[in-house]
Amino acid sequence: MEENSKDYIVIEAGKSEKNYFRDLWRYKELFYFLSWRDIIVRYKQTVIGVAWSIIRPILTMVVFTIIFGKIAKLPSADAPYPILVFTALLPWQFFSNALQESSNSLISNANMISKIYFPRIIMPISSMIVALVDFAISFILLAIIMVFYRFVPSWKIVFIPLFLLLAIIVSTGAGLLISALNVKYRDFRYIVPFIIQFGLYISPVGFSSDTIPGKWRMIYSLNPMVGVIDGFRWSIIGKGVQFYMPGFIISIILTIILFLVALIYFRKTEKTFADRI
Amino acid sequence: MSVVIKVENLGKKYLISHQRPERYVALRDVITDGTKKITKKILNPQSVLPQTREEFWALRNVDFEINEGDRVGIIGRNGAGKTTVLKLLSRITEPTEGKISIKGRIASLLEVGTGFHPELTGRENIYLNGAILGMGKSEIKRKFDEIVDFADIEKFLDTPVKRYSSGMYVRLAFAVASHLEPEILIVDEVLAVGDAQFQKKSLNKMEDVSREGRTVLFVSHNMPAIETLCNRGILLDNGKILMDCDVNSAVRYYLESAMTEYNTTDLEKRVDRHGSGKIKVVGFRVLDSAFDEVKFLQSGKDYFFEISYKNNEKKPCTNVEVSFDVYDERNSRVLLFRTNFTNSNLNLSLSDGKIYCKVANLPLANGMYHFSVFLAFENIEVLDYINEIAYITVDGGDFFGTGSLGLPSHCKILHEAEWHVE
Repeated sequence: MEENSKDYIVIEAGKSEKNYFRDLWRYKELFYFLSWRDIIVRYKQTVIGVAWSIIRPILTMVVFTIIFGKIAKLPSADAPYPILVFTALLPWQFFSNALQESSNSLISNANMISKIYFPRIIMPISSMIVALVDFAISFILLAIIMVFYRFVPSWKIVFIPLFLLLAIIVSTGAGLLISALNVKYRDFRYIVPFIIQFGLYISPVGFSSDTIPGKWRMIYSLNPMVGVIDGFRWSIIGKGVQFYMPGFIISIILTIILFLVALIYFRKTEKTFADRI
Repeated sequence: MSVVIKVENLGKKYLISHQRPERYVALRDVITDGTKKITKKILNPQSVLPQTREEFWALRNVDFEINEGDRVGIIGRNGAGKTTVLKLLSRITEPTEGKISIKGRIASLLEVGTGFHPELTGRENIYLNGAILGMGKSEIKRKFDEIVDFADIEKFLDTPVKRYSSGMYVRLAFAVASHLEPEILIVDEVLAVGDAQFQKKSLNKMEDVSREGRTVLFVSHNMPAIETLCNRGILLDNGKILMDCDVNSAVRYYLESAMTEYNTTDLEKRVDRHGSGKIKVVGFRVLDSAFDEVKFLQSGKDYFFEISYKNNEKKPCTNVEVSFDVYDERNSRVLLFRTNFTNSNLNLSLSDGKIYCKVANLPLANGMYHFSVFLAFENIEVLDYINEIAYITVDGGDFFGTGSLGLPSHCKILHEAEWHVE
């Protein structure tokens, strides 16, 4: 057997193959088809599928505007309160959708995992693409809301892709970790609604993080979504939003740690998914 | 000829938990168990914790090499490790020990229709399933018409597969799978799908594949299919290789060993049975017309099938329905004798006894058969039901009185007919 052939693989106990990332590249079409499947199923099944991705953020925006803007009368930087809320809802909804889809992806595709080989990491990541489509729809909604309020976004909006990337890394980290733990401990999925519900209150979605007292700001930034949300506000609203650099750096560091830990745990356990699922 | 798969000292271990039969654990159980163990340890440091998990080697010390163009049939009883071998080779799960080297593009087919989504149309599912099985988009596009043609579903291409009949679904699924063109193909028991006509079509397709000189590994319980498709047989038993030789010897050895094993196990002690057990089958023999026990049968002769039973209730039981089924090598039921067909339900006495079923002019062609026995009370209560109660071979005989054996590979049932021309 010549060992240098393109299709030569060695499977050995306890050793991960050297060519994991080459393999990943080879299965890129599967990635594409799985995301395509999720998107089609989501938007084909019902008109409600599309309506849902519009109604949810709008309703949340209305409720938060009334509670935090009108009743609690929190400051709103230089933007109308609904816009302040909606700019934060964009990354938050992306995070919560992506986490929900990806953390259940392995279990709900158990049949594929136990019958077919593919780099398992494709599954949770491809399922997050639907959240990205929802994000795009919400972004259009934001544009409509801005036209309605005659609000001109800051030129810094060009930095949005960077903060979106950060949101993607946070979601991927959490998604990989929870989906893998979900295979091992089947009741782990109950933690996801908790993270999402609790996270909505401890993240600056309904209010600006400028309302947090200075001495708590560092601790508050331990939540990686704080950096993402602040970044979104800074680049869309611009004027009147201060960029708290130390907090942002902490967010980035934590995000990277979360992502690496998740990736390592996922890679370590993925070979035995088929035995447990 | 070059080696394409090399397996060295392969082993796969599973842990079986005695406490819980579930396949997965819940975090809450891990936490409660952990706390229990710790409290036990604190309260009684000397105690030895009971072993709750047991190791089970599904496969161990397996070595083999497969050459380019080999068509290998992997056979063995359920639980012998066949599927584990395939799963390891196709990288679905990781070996516990040993090494596998594979050269060439490999595709495995452990199930047809993996990843089919009911909401998607036939067309969409072809692309999705193709991608799941490892085909590229351009490859699927190229074969699309051929796949549709093979599955015979043109009219329903744009219908969601949830509206398909089960036959259409299976046809489409197999059609996609059978158009894979890897260098090494791994197939697990997927030919047993669809109606008879489609099964034949699938088998022909597999024959084409094996004629093209591709390397094929094939697991099936369908011995005739294994013998047609493969040129080499690997017989697994209890996670080890028992035989690795030409396919016909392996199949013959497997069938004979299965036969002796079943025929020597004490029926009374068998646990793979169903029913209330009020009346239990404890013995089974085949007798010829002179009431002598026979080890093999001949077509066209008269036989008594004797079922010994034990009456555990010690009460007479009236109106007992007895069913005696005959299966061929493909596990299809070819003959069925049942007392209520002929209004001859039996009254069993309070003591133990024997039931006789006389079959005159045995209409079975040469081959291997196995039987199942079923006792029920008035269609209400299953008393005892045992599958594979015995294996027996039909060899020789002269059913037609002409010396013809019929065509055993084509049809298992013999029946005389009269012909004339007008």
